[in-house]
Parts: sequence; C-alpha cells; structure tokens
Amino acid sequence: MRKVVQSHATEFALLAVIAIISLFLSIITDRFFSLGNAFDLLNTSSVNIIFAVGLLVVLIAGGIDISFAVAASVVQYVTAILLGWMGGGSWLSGLLIAGGLGILLGAVNAFLIHKFRIISIVATIATFNIYFGLLMFFTRGVSIYNLPDWLTSRVILFEHEMADGSWIEITLPVLVMMICVVATWAFITRTTTGRQLYAFGDNPEGARRFGINIGAMQFIAFGWLGLMAGIGGLIQAHYAQEVVPNALYGRELDVLAAVVLGGARLGGGKGSVLGCVLGVLLISITQNGLNLAGVSPYAFKMIVGAIILVAITLSNTRIERLLPFMRQDGGRT
Amino acid sequence: MTAIVNRTRALLGPEMAGPGFALLAVLIFFGLGSPQFLSRATFGSVAFQLPELGLLTLAMLLPVLTGGLNLAITFTANIAGLTLAWVLQQNGGVDAGPVAFLLGSLLAIGAGALSGVVMGLVIAYTRAHPILVSLSMMIFLRGLGEFLTRGGDVSGFPSFLQPLGHGSILGFPVPLIVFIGCVAIWHLLLTRMKLGFNTYMIGSNIEAVRYSGINTRKVLVLVYTLSGAMCAVAGIVMLARFNSVRVGHGESYLLITVLACFLGGVNPFGGFGRVIPVFVALVVLQLLASGLNLMGANQHLATAVWGILLIAVMILRFAAGRIKFLKRKKG
Amino acid sequence: MESSPEPLLSLRNINMTFGGVKALKNVSFDVLPGEVHCLAGENGSGKSTLIKIITGVYRPQPGAVIEYDGQAYSHMSPVTAQSSGIQVIWQDLALFPEMTVAENIAFQTVLGRWPRLVNYNSLRKTAARALARLGVKLDVDLPLKDYPIAQRQIVAIARALVGEAKLVFMDEPTASLTQSETDHLLEIVRTLSTSGVAVVFVSHRLAEVLEISTRLTVLRDGALVGVYPTSGMTQSRITELMTGKTFDQTIRARDVSGNPVVLEVEGLSRPGQFEDISFTVRRGETLGITGLLGAGRTELALSLFGMLKPRSGAIRLEGKPMHFSSNRDAVAAGVAYLSEDRLSLGLIQPQSIADNLVIASLDRIISRGLLSDSRKRDLVAQWIADLGVKIGKQDDAISTLSGGNQQRVAIAKWLATDPRLLILDAPTVGVDVGARAGIFDIVAKLADSGLAIILISDEVPEVYFHADRVLHMAKGRIANWFTPRDCQLQDIEAAVYA
Repeated sequence: MRKVVQSHATEFALLAVIAIISLFLSIITDRFFSLGNAFDLLNTSSVNIIFAVGLLVVLIAGGIDISFAVAASVVQYVTAILLGWMGGGSWLSGLLIAGGLGILLGAVNAFLIHKFRIISIVATIATFNIYFGLLMFFTRGVSIYNLPDWLTSRVILFEHEMADGSWIEITLPVLVMMICVVATWAFITRTTTGRQLYAFGDNPEGARRFGINIGAMQFIAFGWLGLMAGIGGLIQAHYAQEVVPNALYGRELDVLAAVVLGGARLGGGKGSVLGCVLGVLLISITQNGLNLAGVSPYAFKMIVGAIILVAITLSNTRIERLLPFMRQDGGRT
Repeated sequence: MTAIVNRTRALLGPEMAGPGFALLAVLIFFGLGSPQFLSRATFGSVAFQLPELGLLTLAMLLPVLTGGLNLAITFTANIAGLTLAWVLQQNGGVDAGPVAFLLGSLLAIGAGALSGVVMGLVIAYTRAHPILVSLSMMIFLRGLGEFLTRGGDVSGFPSFLQPLGHGSILGFPVPLIVFIGCVAIWHLLLTRMKLGFNTYMIGSNIEAVRYSGINTRKVLVLVYTLSGAMCAVAGIVMLARFNSVRVGHGESYLLITVLACFLGGVNPFGGFGRVIPVFVALVVLQLLASGLNLMGANQHLATAVWGILLIAVMILRFAAGRIKFLKRKKG
Repeated sequence: MESSPEPLLSLRNINMTFGGVKALKNVSFDVLPGEVHCLAGENGSGKSTLIKIITGVYRPQPGAVIEYDGQAYSHMSPVTAQSSGIQVIWQDLALFPEMTVAENIAFQTVLGRWPRLVNYNSLRKTAARALARLGVKLDVDLPLKDYPIAQRQIVAIARALVGEAKLVFMDEPTASLTQSETDHLLEIVRTLSTSGVAVVFVSHRLAEVLEISTRLTVLRDGALVGVYPTSGMTQSRITELMTGKTFDQTIRARDVSGNPVVLEVEGLSRPGQFEDISFTVRRGETLGITGLLGAGRTELALSLFGMLKPRSGAIRLEGKPMHFSSNRDAVAAGVAYLSEDRLSLGLIQPQSIADNLVIASLDRIISRGLLSDSRKRDLVAQWIADLGVKIGKQDDAISTLSGGNQQRVAIAKWLATDPRLLILDAPTVGVDVGARAGIFDIVAKLADSGLAIILISDEVPEVYFHADRVLHMAKGRIANWFTPRDCQLQDIEAAVYA
C-alpha cells in the first residue's frame, strides 16, 4: 500500500485536495454534495477531459502542443460543412470525419517536428496561428447554427430522478469521454507502443539507441492528440449546439494547466490518465462549487488561477528547496 | 571596410540571418506586388502598430532568454492599464491632470512589476516550470481583471493622453519613440550589463552559473520583474491608443510575441538571442500585415501567414544547418 | 595465437571520417568468445567511434569487413546487432528513470513495430531472472529513479543479459562508482565471462584494466597501436602506449611549513557527510585530499566554498573566522572552487570561451558602469596566453575545446577572481592522460606564486606526485596524513584501498 501511495503521490495529493474542497463546499452550500451535481460536473467537464487525455499523450512523449484547441475548431467547422454536403450524416460518419481531420492536423505538427527538427513549442505556435488565422479568414468569423438534428439533440443514455428531486443524467458526452479516457489509459499503459512513448519521452537518446522509431513516436503522439481534439471538437459542437469558430480559442492553456496539475511533466516521460482527469476535475469542481456558493462568476476565475498557482508552488516545493542548506546533496540531483 | 562588416556582424550576430532574409523577401515581394506598398502610408501604419506588439515582445524576450516563458504578459498589461485608469478616474477622469497621469503610470509599472516579482519568486525558489507559473498567473490576472471590470470597458481619460497614442514628434509617432527607447534599454541591458550577461548564462545552465558564485535567484526574480514592468509600459501605451482599457485587450498578441522571438533567432531553450534581430522580426511581421492589408486581406490571414513565415524560417535554418554539415563532411 | 579459438567478433580495415577528420584509420579489432577484453585510448582516440560501428550506430567506409559469430557484414544496424547478441552498456546507461526496474530490464519485450499488449507478469519474471543471474536483489516494481547510480549500472547489465548477450561492451562503467561498488561490478563481469559472454571493457582507470582483462587493445589518434596480453603490463606502460610519450614522474612535495597559514579548518562537521575535520593550508602549499568516492571530499570542499553549511566547527581565512551564507561570500573572501563536474557544473558548455572565463569576475571588465567588450577581450586574451590554452576564436563555444583546454579555461575563470585559496576537485576527470601533465604544471606554477591550493583526487598518484602533504579521508573522517617525501606511493594506496 505504501508503495502505491508513493508511486502515485500526485494522484493522492489531488484526491486529498479535491476531498477538502468538496467538504468545504458541501458545508457552505447545500446543493454541492449531491449526485445530481456530480453528474452535472461530469457533463460539463467532458470536452476538457477528452482534450486533456490527448494532450497527456503528447506531454508523455516529451512534446507540447499549443495548437490542438484551434485545430478542434477547424475540425468542428469543416466537419459541419462536410456533413451539410453529405446531407446530414450520422454520429458514425461525424466521428469518423472529425477524428480523421483531427489526426491529419496532428500529423502536420508531427511532420514539421520530425522532418525539420523544429521543437514542438515553436512548431505548434506556428500551426496555432496558421489554423486559427485561416479558419477566421475563410469563415469571416461567422458561426454555424443549422447543424444536423442528430448532432444538436441531447442524447441521454441514462436518467434517474433522485429522492430530492434532482436528476442523475448520463449524456452522450460523458460516454464518449469515458471511452476516450479508457482507451487512452489502455493505450499508454497496456500496449507496447504506449510504453515506447513513455521511454521516448523519458530518454529520447536512449530510445533511439534501442532502435525505437522516433518519427513514428511523434506521429503517434500528435496523431492521438489530433484524434482526441477532433472527437472533443465534435462533442463540444454537440454540447453547445452550434459551431463558433473562436469558441475554443484559449482553451489550450486551460487544459495544459489542468494536465500538468495532474502530474504530467513538461519534458516527457511522466504522467497518468488518472492524474490528468483529477486535474481537470479539481478545476471544474472549484468553479462549480464557487458558482453554487453564489460567488460572482467574475471572481471565481481569479480564485481558480490562485489555486493553480498555489498548487503548482506547493507541489514543486520541498522544505529543503526553500532552505538550501538543508540539502544533502550539495545541489546535485 | 571589413572592420565595419565585422563590427556590424558582432552587433547583429548570427541570429540576424533569418529575420534579415525575411525582411528582404517581404520588401521585394510586396514592393513588386503592390505599387502603394513602398509608401509613407504603409510605413506610417507599421509605425503605429508596431509598438504594442513590440513592447509585449520585449517583455516576453527576457524570460525566453533564461529558458522560460511569461504567458501572463497580456493580462499583466491589462492590469497595469487598469491601475492607471483607476488613478485617473480617482483624480477626476477626463479632468485628471498630468501629475495624476505620472503617478498612475508609476503605480501601473509597479503593478506590472509586482506580478513579475511573484512569478520570479515562485520560479526561482520552487523551480516550478515557468510555463506553469506564468500560466496560472495569467489565469489569475484574467480573473482579477474581469472581476474588477465585470467584463466591460473602462474609459474617460484626459485629452492630453491623445498624443501619447496618436501624436507624432518630428514625424515619428510617439508610441514608436517609446518603443524604440525600450528597445535601446533592453539592448543595453543585454549587451552591457551584468544582469543581461547572467540572463544569457542562466538560459544555458543555471546550476553552473550558481557554482560560479552568481545569485541566480536574484537574476530570475529581476528578469520576471523587468518583464512585468515592460508589460505595464505596453499597457499604458495601449490605454492611450484605444482611449480605454478592456481586460482581454491584446490577448491575441500572446503567442505572436513568442513567434516574434523565435523568428528573431532566439533559441527556444534559452541562452541565445538578441534584441535587434527580434526588432527586425517585428518589423517584418507588421510589414507583412500591412502588405496583405493593401492586397485586400484582413488581419486573420496575416496571422496565418505569420505562422507560415515562422515555419519557413525554421525550415531554412534546418536546411542551412544540413548544408553546413554536409560541406564539412565532404571537406 | 595458434591455439586460440576462432574470434567471436573480427573487424578488419575499418575507416571512418567525420568532417574531413579521420576518426579511424584502418583499424582491426578481435574479441574471443568469453574473454574480458580491454579497449584503451585517450579521449578522441576512436574508442567510442569503434563501438558505434560495431553496434550499427555508424556505418564504416566501404571496404570494411565485419565478421561476427561466423557471418560477414559490410556494416551493422542497431537491430541486427541487438538481435544477434551484441549489447552495449553506455556510459550514460541509456536507461529510463521514470519507468520501473522491471520495464528497464525487460525493455526488449516492449520493442517492435506493431503494438501488442504488455504482459507485466512475464516482464517482472524476466527481470527477476536476469537480476538473479547477477546475484542481485532489487524491487523490480519501483521506478528506476529511486535507485542510486550503482544499482542503475546493474540494471543496465541485467538488461544486456535479457538480450541473450554474447558480447557486451561496457563504456567507462566504473566512472561514478565507489570502490566497493566497483569491486562488485568487476565480480559481475567475471561471472559473465565464465558463463561464456565476452566483455569488452572501455575504461580510463588503468588499475581496473589490469585487474579485469586478459587482453588489451590500444588505440591512439584513430589508429591501432597494438593488441597485448595484460599479464606483465604496468600502468605506466599502458599510459605510454596510449599517449606515445614517456612520463617520468617526480615528487614535487616541498616543505612550506614556514609560510603563513591561509586556511585553517577546525573541527568541521556535517553529520552524515564529514566529521571533525581539522587542517591548515599555507601560502604556496598544495594540500592533497584523497579517499574513495563517498568519503566526503566534495562535501567538505563545498562547505569551504559556502555552498553547504557545516553543522559545527570553524573556518578561518588568514586568521579571520568565516561564516559563508552562500558561495558569493566565499568568492568575495578569496575562495575559488573548480567543480569535479566540468560538463554540467564547472562550465556553461553552449556559451563562448570568453563568457565562461569572465563569468565569475564581471566586475573586472566594467568601465563607466557598463560591461566593456574590449576589456573582456583583453582579460580573456591575457589568461589564454598565461595558461597556454589553445583556442580558435574567443567567441567559439567552450564545448568545442578539448577536455584539457576546457579545464584550463575553468582554472582561468577562478584565477581571474584573484583568489587566496583555490580548491581543485578532480581537475583531471575527462582530461586526456597526455594533457594532465600540463594541468599540473599550471598548478605547480600557481603554488609557487603563493596561492594556497587544495587538490582533491581519487587517483592516489596525482596527490602523491603533486601535493606537498596528503590527507586521506575515509567515511567522512581524516584517516591518515602522509608526506610524499617520507612515504611510498604504495603506502597511500594501501591505506586508501584497504
């Protein structure tokens, strides 16, 4: 048991923080601690979790991607247009098109990174501007409201009225999110390719000497994020019932903050799906709780920012770091 | 003659090749493509648009040189602008006097510096990744700004601020003069001062710098403090330009400033990069936007072309590295 | 030779050129099955290039003949090398610190082009089996980063065994091990050898070379010097073969007990690292400190340099008690410390020679409140000339210099601060045997000019020949004092390796 706690320190710390915040919020509001609210939370966090597990894979492989959220916007828009041409389509064709386009846009990043040895932050800041600039240029910023009915109508897979009158609902976004989470978990922990991704992120030179195909690693990592971005984009369109070209602009940094809060390391080799999901949930639970507590929506963004800042500071601080002379190793690591 | 060439090369460094080439390409392309391009009007519009992005890029440059990043620059600028706006409004709004403006500007720069101090302290003492620290600072400042303004505009400033945003002295726009002044200060800081020297060294290997007897924490805190103060200058210029402050103003510049740094030859891992090539890169970006504007495109297309330009320069650098390598292999 | 078995690996006519420089000139190399073979040579002699050719990282120029296990190849590839049983334990180990010990050892099982499910049970069993073969017990479920370097080394060896190794290359495997860890490693190498695995040992520590191997191949400047049996070899003979020069070493030690005391250390302790250390260093004196890795030498040095805080005891410089709160105080008081880790702590590798040289003494190149480029150039030029550093341009990256020249720049960097006490921690690590004499010439000159010097080294001959007095540290305490004029090298070695 001690070993489990040790090797999953971030996850347990996050759970503890979530528990403390939940306890606090359930004392000051009566609606927070209910199943109904819990499922509400899952519904609203679905898209971010889908993005987050995708980004996690890229971080594990030692990269970073700034462009995935605007890539998701591009996917949304193009998918909506293609579906229009096809005369409607269905969930199956929608997901196939969105996923395929997402992979394509991710592959563009991987191509630039691998072929021309451009480091991922430079390459994806460039593609961020290209994707977003072109999207806004060609769409002139016009939103799409007449989406196919199957896409905009809510799909409730399970509902149940609780004794207190609130509803438990599992909607389609939650199901898709669950599938993405489980698939990503299985992919990175249970398959050989997933382990190669970890190894590549941990020690790229070591991985290269083992004959791991570096190019393939980049395409797989960015392709996986692209797939998640595509799926997440379509689900976001479903959830919002419209496609607004700049709706996801800026989301990349929020998701990045959540994923790293969940223990993924910038630089690669480290991170878990559980931590990543908890990172997103911590932020949405805080927002949701503050909302229920009647705090101004303008204020809770500020509070969330402060919480992340404190969390990052604490998670990086050990006593000996603050007191340099307590260090036993003379500064070597 | 060779002495002059060598001196220029020493001043500009090898980083100049990319932006210099891009500048030439843009001038030739649009010069041939559009007769109005090489005109006073183009350069006038560039001169007025350059400073906001430019000042923010200077704010980004220092942290990037240390191997970090400051993602909070745009909202720091907003908060600094709000500080100035608040002081002006407390002193009569449109009737506020120059003293209130000076006081407000000082407070604004103080507010910007404060956000930098906090980030610098966290980064220096906890070794948390600068991307995360500045990202959470960005989320915090955005929330703070939206909380204070409820998402609205703050306006109603004295009319003597107009020239700061739109006026010219001897034909040079005032914001441009402010910007060039700041470029000069940054250039001096990075080439002639101990802080600048240590900034580069830290970017390459902070532990080795610490072993050399340098207070690396102080350097990091100062770097982020100066970055925050420079954001405040940008915030003040933006207030004067738009005659209002809105949180989120200039948000889209955030990643463009990083793009401009990389385009200007700054090493993404830190340790190398100069002010002048970054300045040229900024001019190229604005010329591109103006040129495309003349041809009937909007800012969004320009944004996309900026991204393409960055990739083109990176690919050319890659190719140049390859050719050098192959040449050496042959010889 | 006639009775010797067919070689397991045989290379003929190996040539390799990088950027116009011939890295290998018509080299041949043989390894017999199950033997322990030593590959010796200075940095840049072509050792690692040769290993990279054998493991398929590089392709030799046409005309090369590689015969391995009865098959002929014109060149290797990483995949064929690994699948046919050639394993390398790189100096940097090429391990994955965030992954578990089991995954690191059985990493081969997750290789392959197409994704398969990972069988963690068989992974663990494979790892445990490999460790058992080495007679080592480790928790295979812990992440590798929880283990110190010595255990990681063992993990790397276990990984090589999983790959059904017939031929294992070990690149400087003992560089960061303590003596007992080294002994354990050498024991493991013997175990491998008796089980029929050939081991090629690349090491600059000549004592180990003699102890472990049966044959020795020496390279110099990319060319083969010769292949020798190790029985009857001496360290100085190997050095001669590697450098092509003869070294006759004389004891430098002088009596400086009449000089004024510069540093006085009294009862200095930092529990767990060193305890009750007392000594003095005088003007013009070179105090040698030796002892095994982990004896507390570097921690002691860092305490004198203000980077670690001693729990008790006193440090006095020219009679004044010192309480350093950081190394800035120490530098200001005239203490300089040359780090043992030149690559990552001593010098800033990507930056220029000039900037590395002036970083600790920026105040000297300030004119009218600003850094002056011309003053910097003058200062650098002066030190480059004084210490005989061979450089191209001052603006070249320090990483373009050889180890010896880098170390001279590192010394110059500290001399520029005008120190009273210079602490040299392992100043010859990563410096070619041939260039070491040059470093010690500088040290001698500095001592003659009146500088107090502490010379720390785990190579006993270095302190024996170059220090005036030798302090032997063991387990954090002063174990012995030696005066080289009054003792034999063997006396100190016997004490240190006891």
